[in-house]
Amino acid sequence: MVTRKTKSVARLGAALTAAALTAPLLSVAGSGAASASRLPFQGNYPRGETLYTSGTAYSQPTNFNPNDPGGGYTGTMGLLYEPLFLYDPIHGGYKPWIATSGKWVGNSYVLQVRNGVDWVQSPSQNVVGTVTGNDVAFSIKLAMSNPSDPWNSNVSGVASVSASGQTVTVNFKGTPAYTEWQDYLWHAPVLPAAQWGAMSATDQMSGANMTPVSTGPMTLDSTSSTQACYQTNPHWWGAQLGLSFHFKYLCDVVNGSNNVELANLTTGQIDWSNNFLPGISVLVNGLGGSSAYGIKTYYPKAPYMLSANTAWLEMNTTKYPMSNVNFRRAVAAAINPQSIVSGVYTNIVKAANPVGLLPNLKSYINPRVVSKYGFSYNPSMAKKYLAMSGYKGQKLTLEVPNGWTDWEAAIQNISNQLNAVGIKVNPIYPQYPVRENDLINGTYDMAIDNNAQPDSTPWSYFQRVYNLPIQKQQNATLNFERFTDQKAWALVQQAGHTPLADTAKLNSLYSQIETRFLQDLPEIPLWYNGAWFQAQSTVWADYPSALNKADQYTPVMWGGWLGAMTTVYALAQIRRA
Amino acid sequence: MKKVVTYLVAFFVATTVDWGIPHLMPGNPVEIYLSRFNISSNTQYVALQKTISESFGVNVPLWQQYLDFWKGVLHWNFGISFYETAPVTHIIAQAIPYTLALLVPAILLSYFLGNRIGAMAARRKVLDNVVLPIGYVFQAAPYAWLALLLAYVFAVRLRWFPPSLGSNPGIAVGWSWSFILSALHHWVLPFLSVFLVSFGGWSIGMRNLVIYELETDYARYLRSLGASQRLVRRYAYRNAVLPQLSGLALALGVVVGGNIVTEVVFQYPGLGHLIFLAITNEDYFLLQGIFMFIIIGVLLANFVIDIAYVVIDPRTRLSMTGATA
Repeated sequence: MVTRKTKSVARLGAALTAAALTAPLLSVAGSGAASASRLPFQGNYPRGETLYTSGTAYSQPTNFNPNDPGGGYTGTMGLLYEPLFLYDPIHGGYKPWIATSGKWVGNSYVLQVRNGVDWVQSPSQNVVGTVTGNDVAFSIKLAMSNPSDPWNSNVSGVASVSASGQTVTVNFKGTPAYTEWQDYLWHAPVLPAAQWGAMSATDQMSGANMTPVSTGPMTLDSTSSTQACYQTNPHWWGAQLGLSFHFKYLCDVVNGSNNVELANLTTGQIDWSNNFLPGISVLVNGLGGSSAYGIKTYYPKAPYMLSANTAWLEMNTTKYPMSNVNFRRAVAAAINPQSIVSGVYTNIVKAANPVGLLPNLKSYINPRVVSKYGFSYNPSMAKKYLAMSGYKGQKLTLEVPNGWTDWEAAIQNISNQLNAVGIKVNPIYPQYPVRENDLINGTYDMAIDNNAQPDSTPWSYFQRVYNLPIQKQQNATLNFERFTDQKAWALVQQAGHTPLADTAKLNSLYSQIETRFLQDLPEIPLWYNGAWFQAQSTVWADYPSALNKADQYTPVMWGGWLGAMTTVYALAQIRRA
Repeated sequence: MKKVVTYLVAFFVATTVDWGIPHLMPGNPVEIYLSRFNISSNTQYVALQKTISESFGVNVPLWQQYLDFWKGVLHWNFGISFYETAPVTHIIAQAIPYTLALLVPAILLSYFLGNRIGAMAARRKVLDNVVLPIGYVFQAAPYAWLALLLAYVFAVRLRWFPPSLGSNPGIAVGWSWSFILSALHHWVLPFLSVFLVSFGGWSIGMRNLVIYELETDYARYLRSLGASQRLVRRYAYRNAVLPQLSGLALALGVVVGGNIVTEVVFQYPGLGHLIFLAITNEDYFLLQGIFMFIIIGVLLANFVIDIAYVVIDPRTRLSMTGATA
């Protein structure tokens, strides 16, 4: 009796097991009706024709709207939508893209829009129109009219926009905010007036846009919970510049953890990774010098990566002792960024200039100011400053988001160095939302942060340092250290309203700002986070590299890089291995 | 009837707790959502904050949000995920098949094999000497450690199996042999990591229970009556399996919660992975939706085990009908 019952239970178990094994397939059958907003899957992507990228998206592809606060899934800007110009941070300067030229005429900016740029529907790849000046004018007016638009503040000084054929004239009220307008030119998408004009205001800003009409080098082919796949656009205008892609498909895979990403890269499941991979320099050099993993980085040796943003030590300057400038100087002199660069990052990052501006903005850094006011690692000087600050051994915390392993290791290192000179600091690792809450509400002592993103001028960097007024909740990513310097903020605003061609005046203004920055130390720049890029050379070759001039392009798919800097040039260089 | 009322009360309380707990987390989900976008304009921030609060329904008082939540539950609508910006039910529906495919076979196979081997080990010294240490090692092995070890050996070094995901990114999810083979290929390592740990637990448990049962008075009595060793062992097994069955029911009940550690290590697109993402990103709606599935799963499992006990254990059947054993 027992045996019979056990057998029948075993049979039931086997049936359940079989049912469970086929469960993913059942979900596929039902997914069509459940996901009307999703593109259907259209077949497989042959390995030899597909470039697999990862390291940008952390959630599934549900949005391809470049106006969405998140900017849409990887490739929305750059592969689908394109800006008027691109910025080249490696060689400097701007590259004409959807615009062929642009110039200031008094307080007006006159743009010439490229001929022969088609609007192409995804996924059918049908041509549904051609880009005209009207599309560009529509895009600018849309940004002006809706405060939710990501480029609303960039065009806040625009009085009117008019289009005549391929010529667009943008008229400004008073002195234009030259820098913010320049940022618009190489960041904002040119949108199809016919399609976008027919949308509701909500859809214009955050609609999913799963069947985009766009101009870029690829069209959206399919999405799933773990990836979005693009197909090369046969109508792309890039041939005008001699550009085309040598892969037929590009699939961008949702990011996993560091270890998953590393395994995917080493086993050739993905070709191009923009994830931070601890210790990647060891693999690049090959275990025992064998280079067995076939991994490439932008530089073949240290620092391996281009610099992407500045990690700085952010102090809540409204609380004592962080409010005391001598205390901040003591902290700056107590930390040895080089020990973080080599100890924590195994030399895949570079120590920051005391001003903190990225290497592409080197021409704006005044070396005389840096040598006169800059700080460097000097523990005995730190102790002197500490004595001058009146610090009485108060216990302080230094926080980074939980799970950001490189920063976690960095603050252990920093805390040890600060404690060594007598500053009692305890490293803490709150969850990301808690840490964000602390920064927004000013309920923290010290934190590591990197909220200034790469730019073609120092303006946005110093805007993030000095923006005023300070509010109860510092919601926008501005002045989290809550430092008040009216004079510096006025200088930043003046720099923003100075023509980019007036380099003498800009250099003078930025020198003054740098002087105030180094004297007051509202932030303490420590190191440059890398533009993490690792590529697997099994299937594809000719990745971006500093070694060959033809390959010196930005190797990054992140928002603000792809479709703003030269990543599309980099993609066009890639060939079969 | 009494049971039904008990289940309804449990459902109401659990659902209320499900709604309440995410709201106790520190921070405002709209602020957390917007903080990811590095917004450098206060005007844009304020405009977005208003729009997003309205669209996610968090701009109304808490009591109103609570009522809205119940309305949603009754309509099987848990809102839009903050993190994935897609309907919660749709995201969960995508993830459930992977979790079921991973955990149901792992739990059932480990249950049957673990119980069998454990029971055999209880009466064979040689087998016991092998099963006991192996069982303890597997049972004590943390999922994460075992999963990383499997990934390193079989994915990175030997390259027999892929290290992550539910299927090959290049293969479209659908009714095709290439997808089925790819899904099975990706399933092996996560399955093994859950199976081995569970197997260790079941086999050790069963071994100990059978040894205990073989030493009970009824077993001795049977033996003294001259019953065959085989018959005694059958009765011992039958009694020993009862606590194991309760354990199985509980394990199956929480199966819809996924196995967070294994799914995170292998980036397996199941519910465990989703829970991890939902918690770390304060995704109220996703978390509430997943917990609803777990609540329903646990209640259903308890209900089924109540019935199963009546069928399997005559003593329960007799007590239910008011008779005494």
